[in-house]
Amino acid sequence: MSLNRSYHSVVLVKQVPDTRKVSGEVMTDEGTMNRSALPAIFNPEDLNALEMALRIKEKYGGEVTVLTMGPLQAAEVLREALFRGADRVVLISDRKFAGADTQATSYTLKCAVDKLGKYDLVFCGRQAIDGDTAQVGPQVAEKLGIPQITYAESIIDLHDDVITVERAFDLGNELVRCHLPCLLTVVSSANRPRPASAKKRIAYKMAAIPSEVPKLLKKWTEFEDEHTLSDYLQARKLNIEVWTATDLDVDEAGLGLAGSPTQVYKVNYVVLETSASKEIQPTPEGIQALIAELIQEYIVG
Amino acid sequence: MTAERNVWIFIEQEEGHIAEVSLELLAKGREIADQLKSEAWAVLCGSQIGSLAEQVIQYGADRVLLAEHPELEMYRTLPYCRVIASMARQYKPYIFLIGATPVGRDLAPRVASALKVGLTADCTDLQIGDYHARKENTVYPDLLYQIRPAFGGNVIATIVNPKTRPQMATVREGVMRRGEPDPQRKGKIVNVKVAFEPGDLALQVLSRERREPTVRLKDSPVIVAAGAGVDSPEEFELVRQLANVLGGEVGASRAAVDAGYISREHQIGQTGSTVRPRLYIAAGISGAIQHRAGMDQSSKIIAINTDPNAPIFQIAHYKIVGDVAEVLPMLIKALREKAK
Repeated sequence: MSLNRSYHSVVLVKQVPDTRKVSGEVMTDEGTMNRSALPAIFNPEDLNALEMALRIKEKYGGEVTVLTMGPLQAAEVLREALFRGADRVVLISDRKFAGADTQATSYTLKCAVDKLGKYDLVFCGRQAIDGDTAQVGPQVAEKLGIPQITYAESIIDLHDDVITVERAFDLGNELVRCHLPCLLTVVSSANRPRPASAKKRIAYKMAAIPSEVPKLLKKWTEFEDEHTLSDYLQARKLNIEVWTATDLDVDEAGLGLAGSPTQVYKVNYVVLETSASKEIQPTPEGIQALIAELIQEYIVG
Repeated sequence: MTAERNVWIFIEQEEGHIAEVSLELLAKGREIADQLKSEAWAVLCGSQIGSLAEQVIQYGADRVLLAEHPELEMYRTLPYCRVIASMARQYKPYIFLIGATPVGRDLAPRVASALKVGLTADCTDLQIGDYHARKENTVYPDLLYQIRPAFGGNVIATIVNPKTRPQMATVREGVMRRGEPDPQRKGKIVNVKVAFEPGDLALQVLSRERREPTVRLKDSPVIVAAGAGVDSPEEFELVRQLANVLGGEVGASRAAVDAGYISREHQIGQTGSTVRPRLYIAAGISGAIQHRAGMDQSSKIIAINTDPNAPIFQIAHYKIVGDVAEVLPMLIKALREKAK
């Protein structure tokens, strides 16, 4: 029995449009949202998940690997993870993954975690702000065949292969104990995620996926060509790995839109009727008349 | 037996009390089962909770699948998932509805993954209808329309699971309305054999605390709700004062909750509470569809916003274009004067 064992954590993160920044400017004339006008950010609760994993590494040693599934632009959140202290990051990206619902997403992520090999803990944010489903975490845990601890707020104890976790809900708390490996989904009250470290930001500023090399070359003109730059990145471990469907041991029928049991049948634009609305002037007289009307109609009494 | 199209409802219970959302879903499940000319089955798990089965029948279940075992006394993901997934494999439900509570949101995705079926979270409406899959040139009759606001503005998405069964959906408390119990209703109780695998008991619950809700938004006749336009503690205090004068509760949009002015318990909308008060005052709320989904059935809506084009005005009965910092004190003053 070794009391000083270290832990290998895997953190599953997502790049999401910042739905908190929805304003008139991002709405189209038809009233739909111009999704690309919203800034793409690190899903907030995934930062809490990363923070929890980093603290375990700092306390017990071990490694933190961050995985994200998404388009090539999602490499940005992986750089953010490196700036905060992740040891290894992998982008899981392929056109075949497009259109995945939570079932197909969790299947793809499961295959990616399998490819990493040994792990002790898997962390996810409780939910992503673009869909709020909170489904992917439990579905990855089920597919990996490991227990899940959702709504994790703090790790009370971790020794050998046993973890004790406090779960937090709106209306209560729960203390649970479980064997490793297991998956935790982390709530925002768990911790205050650290900002990017200035030192790491410098160290990893060139971290890139292969398709970003041409863009990088324009910025770093001292490199002769893409080849020399690629070699440089490779030598300094600044190349962010990209795994496609062929890199994973997957059944392609389970991927993307085709592997998604849910289908969007239709999307309806909600037409609101404006006729019923009565305009009240924001003056003392206007407001007094409104209150009088509400009292008369027994709405206020 | 012909192909059954039974509707299952997960009955969430703790210490012998059935969750409100489960009773609401029993009413909805009953309605859908009638439409499909099939049965509504309740899935009830726990330890020594057999007496609840009669109650579940009175609220609309034709059959209760009763799984009793000491290991099921307190909810835990793996034992519940084991029992429920094996029941589903045996009886093959057509639809499976689960409340979007912390328990339901932990259980439903795990069960859906185990059964390899689709699941839609936080539906704001459920209907039965046909699905024309144009690409396949196929019509799937009588599917469950799982309706929820979609991210992307004023948009409501209808989601279907054409090929996998059961069609699973979660629904928040308050979205559906519960029915009255009928003491005359008869139903069948089926005792389900419970068997675990060793790994199912890997997680132990060491302690569990529950707090009573501090706010009952659902039952309040008047709600004054704050949004992103309420952006100082002083303005928030005005919202509280107005709620107080009206004898109502304070609600909030997600933006106000995220800003830290008030706890998540007060959140109204698709991922918060659904309310139908007599009077709803939206202070500084722009009216995203996710918010409107939780309050658009209010009898009277007063909206206050500086932006004359805010979507909230389109469902408001009274439109006040102005700053909450000025309008709220006027409302408070006018009400206090009338009360004299």
